[in-house]
Amino acid sequence: MAMSKNKVPARPSPKVSDEIRQTTCYMCACRCGINVHMQDGKVKYIEGNKNHPVNKGVLCAKGSAGIMQHYAPSRLKAPMKRVGPRGSGEFEEISWDEAYDIAAGWLGPIRETAPEKLAFFTGRDQSQSFTSLWAQAFGTPNYAAHGGFCSVNMAAAGIYTMGGAFWEFGQPDWDRTKLFMIFGVAEDHDSNPIKIGLGKLKERGARVIGVNPIRSGYNAIADDWVGITPGTDGLFIMALIHELIKAGQIDLNYLTRYTNAGFLVNCADTGPDAGLFLRDENGTAQVLDQATGKPAPYDGKSVKPKLTGHFRKAGDTYRPAFELLAEAYMSDSYAPEAVEERCGIPARRIRAIAADLARVAFEEEIVIDQPWTDWKGEKHDQMIGRPVSFHAMRGISAHSNGFQTCRALHILQILLGSVEVPGGFRFKPPYPKPPEAHPKPHAGHAPNQPLDGPHLGYPLGPEHLLLDDAGNPKRIDKAFSWENPFSAHGLMHMVISNAHAGVPYKIDTLFMYMANMAWNSSMNTSSVIEMLTDKDENGDYVIPHIIYSDAYSSETVAYSDLILPDTTYLERHDCISLLDRPICEAEAVADAIRWPVVEPDRNVKGFQSALCDLGAKLGLPGFVNEDGSQKYADYADYITSHERRPGVGPLAGFRGDGSESGRGAPNPQQIDKYIENGGFWSEHLPDDAQFYKPWNQSYQDWAVRIGLFDKAAPYVFNLYLEPLRKIQLAAEGYGDRQPPEHLRAQLKKAMTPLPHWYAPFEQEIVSEEDYPLHALTQRPMHMYHSWGSQNAWLRQITGVNKLFVPGGVWEEHGFEDGDWAYVTSPHGRIKAPVARMDGVNGKTLWTWNAIGKKRGAWALSDDAQEATEGFLLNHLINELLPPKGDGLRWANSDPVTGQAAWFDLRVRIEKAPKGGPSEPTLKAQKSPVGQGPKDVTYGDDF
Amino acid sequence: MTSLPQSTETKLGLVIDLDTCVGCHACVVSCKEWNTSNYGTALSDVDAYGAEPQGTFLNRVNSFEAMPESGCSQTVHFPKSCLHCEDAPCVTVCPTGASYKREEDGIVLVNEADCMGCGLCAWSCPYGARELDQIFGVMKKCTLCVDRIYNENIPEEDRVPSCVRTCPAGARHFGDLGDPDSDVSRLVAARGGMDLMPEMGTKPVNKYLPPRLKDAPSDATLEATHKTPEGLFAWLDKALEKL
Repeated sequence: MAMSKNKVPARPSPKVSDEIRQTTCYMCACRCGINVHMQDGKVKYIEGNKNHPVNKGVLCAKGSAGIMQHYAPSRLKAPMKRVGPRGSGEFEEISWDEAYDIAAGWLGPIRETAPEKLAFFTGRDQSQSFTSLWAQAFGTPNYAAHGGFCSVNMAAAGIYTMGGAFWEFGQPDWDRTKLFMIFGVAEDHDSNPIKIGLGKLKERGARVIGVNPIRSGYNAIADDWVGITPGTDGLFIMALIHELIKAGQIDLNYLTRYTNAGFLVNCADTGPDAGLFLRDENGTAQVLDQATGKPAPYDGKSVKPKLTGHFRKAGDTYRPAFELLAEAYMSDSYAPEAVEERCGIPARRIRAIAADLARVAFEEEIVIDQPWTDWKGEKHDQMIGRPVSFHAMRGISAHSNGFQTCRALHILQILLGSVEVPGGFRFKPPYPKPPEAHPKPHAGHAPNQPLDGPHLGYPLGPEHLLLDDAGNPKRIDKAFSWENPFSAHGLMHMVISNAHAGVPYKIDTLFMYMANMAWNSSMNTSSVIEMLTDKDENGDYVIPHIIYSDAYSSETVAYSDLILPDTTYLERHDCISLLDRPICEAEAVADAIRWPVVEPDRNVKGFQSALCDLGAKLGLPGFVNEDGSQKYADYADYITSHERRPGVGPLAGFRGDGSESGRGAPNPQQIDKYIENGGFWSEHLPDDAQFYKPWNQSYQDWAVRIGLFDKAAPYVFNLYLEPLRKIQLAAEGYGDRQPPEHLRAQLKKAMTPLPHWYAPFEQEIVSEEDYPLHALTQRPMHMYHSWGSQNAWLRQITGVNKLFVPGGVWEEHGFEDGDWAYVTSPHGRIKAPVARMDGVNGKTLWTWNAIGKKRGAWALSDDAQEATEGFLLNHLINELLPPKGDGLRWANSDPVTGQAAWFDLRVRIEKAPKGGPSEPTLKAQKSPVGQGPKDVTYGDDF
Repeated sequence: MTSLPQSTETKLGLVIDLDTCVGCHACVVSCKEWNTSNYGTALSDVDAYGAEPQGTFLNRVNSFEAMPESGCSQTVHFPKSCLHCEDAPCVTVCPTGASYKREEDGIVLVNEADCMGCGLCAWSCPYGARELDQIFGVMKKCTLCVDRIYNENIPEEDRVPSCVRTCPAGARHFGDLGDPDSDVSRLVAARGGMDLMPEMGTKPVNKYLPPRLKDAPSDATLEATHKTPEGLFAWLDKALEKL
């Protein structure tokens, strides 16, 4: 019997690392706290930070694979200028001085003559409050991040309806909710918090209902899976509302107190005020007071609105918004039987879900013995909650009917009285924040001048649209124009297409950061590549200059003229700011930093620091001192010394002498304080401010103290959304600002003040016979957009994306394992490997997003599986709809917000010859960083 | 051949909740990053940026889809690593004694100094839980993070395997399955924890909590007490008065 003599000790206790440095993850947009274990100056191990408000110690696959991202061979090494044709990948490394000279040589003259000729779009930027400040100082109106092609429908519908949506805006009350419905989620968004939350629900035996055409991830563990047909979520939700209203299962007390259900609406058929609220001389909306039966201001101290009745004034009849809402959704067109076929959900199931929601909301209410005082000064002994909660993201939002679908979901939440109550949905500071509290969009530009205000915001009517005197869009992406009036996040996906077409005008320089627009972040990838490389009659590129900042050798690098190499996330300063996309919890306000836990070993620089340099070189106001010298040495300097308002800066913690929170003078030691505190700052809300935040005096007072806003601003939820009605009125011919004729019908149809369902646009145009199937993408939980494939560990988990085909379609076409298929849309054709799946809506094909890569990108070998078998669905999707025969080309976007309608795609499938490569097969790009090593043995040195 | 302890009083192992696992691979990668830098040789990755990358992992997650006779498709995410069997065939088959099961806690380990990479143990394991590292030529397997769980350089609350500490959904539990009163043993009892492939007679220590019955929607309906808006409004007036 052999027995080993070299065993490890019984209780081994080896040294783990030299030091732990605590910073913030950037392997996706979650922004979890991480402990980075350092040994011999190298990153040895990354784990979650147990004290951090976002992840509470856990970490996902991406986060743990951060080592491989940090040391990825795809990292750019130095600034570069293009020396071959666009797309070739031929570059020459240059100094930062030369890079700035080139950039200033393009940007300086633009600023002096026509600042709008710079289009600055920053992709998956986590520093938008800084990059937007830079763009504002430059003076271009053309700035936005990636929200337009991500989830602006969700964000905008949430803000307009109730002052916030999901994820950064709010979360379910995971500790108390008893029934949780999750709709169409990208599983890399808010991922650790959702997984932690689902774990809590499972532990308690709370019920989870998943609504998604695809049963993967969260839907696989849902107690009930509703495999809905894409684009019909709104119809399904309205059927739930139909059932609840008919049964009287709505929270009347909540509706009267906290919503505009009682606001009196002018019910004239036509006229300039039709559909608008009755307002007094101060502009305050009026309700019918229960006590007097007469109109009274909704915010009057003792006023309790009626939800029914009518009032006549000057020949017009006014009725409470609730009556209109009830009539709309009691309509037979929203009965479960009427929607079951379209939704692919039996009426019986819709009814059962409505009944379950009502039962849990009203029969299992939660009572917390916590006194609180409301906005009208009324004192309450308890906090009463309806323990049903919801979460949704891209799946319901990336449709041309997405805005109204997202609105419908919020209306369902509100009718159940389950927003900002125990067991329901809870806002996270600085939310709730209604549309009125957000800025309005600005586009006033002039040579050598900063813009006249912030670029993005929430219009409340035609008066806030960004149109020139001729009625044309002022922005290159046509945001805040009649094509998409409430495009709160801009339309990054339209920039290249519009710039190439010179519509509404030509630009000189396209400056982008961190968005792979030449590949998976664009619809219509092959055409976008043609636009980026297209030349005019003089042989010059149609888009003259492209500057791009990225940390890695992405596809988009190859199509750019000047590269500003960014650092990895472990080498940089950042602030996760309350002025930006925050990371708070429902019970606490929080912000965080990144700091260089490792110094860069290459000639790279954090993009924001590069902007500080470039801003100073261009002499941008706010980026130079009075004597013309550089104001911010780097981004860290900006983070600690910039004040947005007196006493309010990018970071809210450790201000003044280090003891002040929220408001306080800049503290030069602030970043050190954050590092001492584990990389973040957090402060709990008072107990009586935990719920009912929009109407809770204690919350409002606390928010003012901490600097979220400057005076208490309670408000009510918008069941009926008057700003939409104002756009409709313009479309009906009222008012000074008038839409072009061809858009009137679309505006009337889409901008209804109560959500109505309409079929997704592409579906309306193409025939069911030619394109009988839907096609979707989802992102795996272990990949973030295009980033995963350069990661030696993550690409082993998903290196090839198969096209998943529902069982019925699979059998109908006689597919077998190992087969390949052609998938054809009205726009193009791809070839892809297929696999059978039964846990998917029977009319829906799908695949993992952004696994397919272009040969030569990401330092992968030319025969990497991502390039030979991986594929993109993007080639099938156009940013414009197929021609309708009216001589116009319509955007493939939501007509309210301009959100890219990725998920409206219709296709057909057929068998293709077996074997790869996937198609289209594009020419390889040369890698400016070479290829990764053959083998990796990371950890062998330790 | 190598002998097993007669029995071990302490049986450290994992309890994995298949009802809660969302298949996110967090455990897979956390395991890889801890173990590539700790116990034994690194976990190498061959052809890391090439056509067919193949690395050594001590824990992998597979997702399985099944169509029941009635109802809709079910998907189970199934994490798999060494189950630290009481009758571990990988130990008894080892010709050099490199593979062994610890008497003190039941953990099955490979002493890499004595491993010649013959692969017999991987062949004998019915679960496919061992992987021969292609570059270092030694057999790699889950150590239950033996260098974490007793490690006095780690805060006490973190002295659990890396996969357990990181699991976002809380689907992985670690403890002594030899102690009927331990949290993990109680969880197994409460949830009907199961052995993987008990017919193989390996007596695995790790247990799996089966998925709960899904997709049994109720037939509840709400009574449409108000057929028309007028009826609803009449009721509403009265209901509001009562509030």
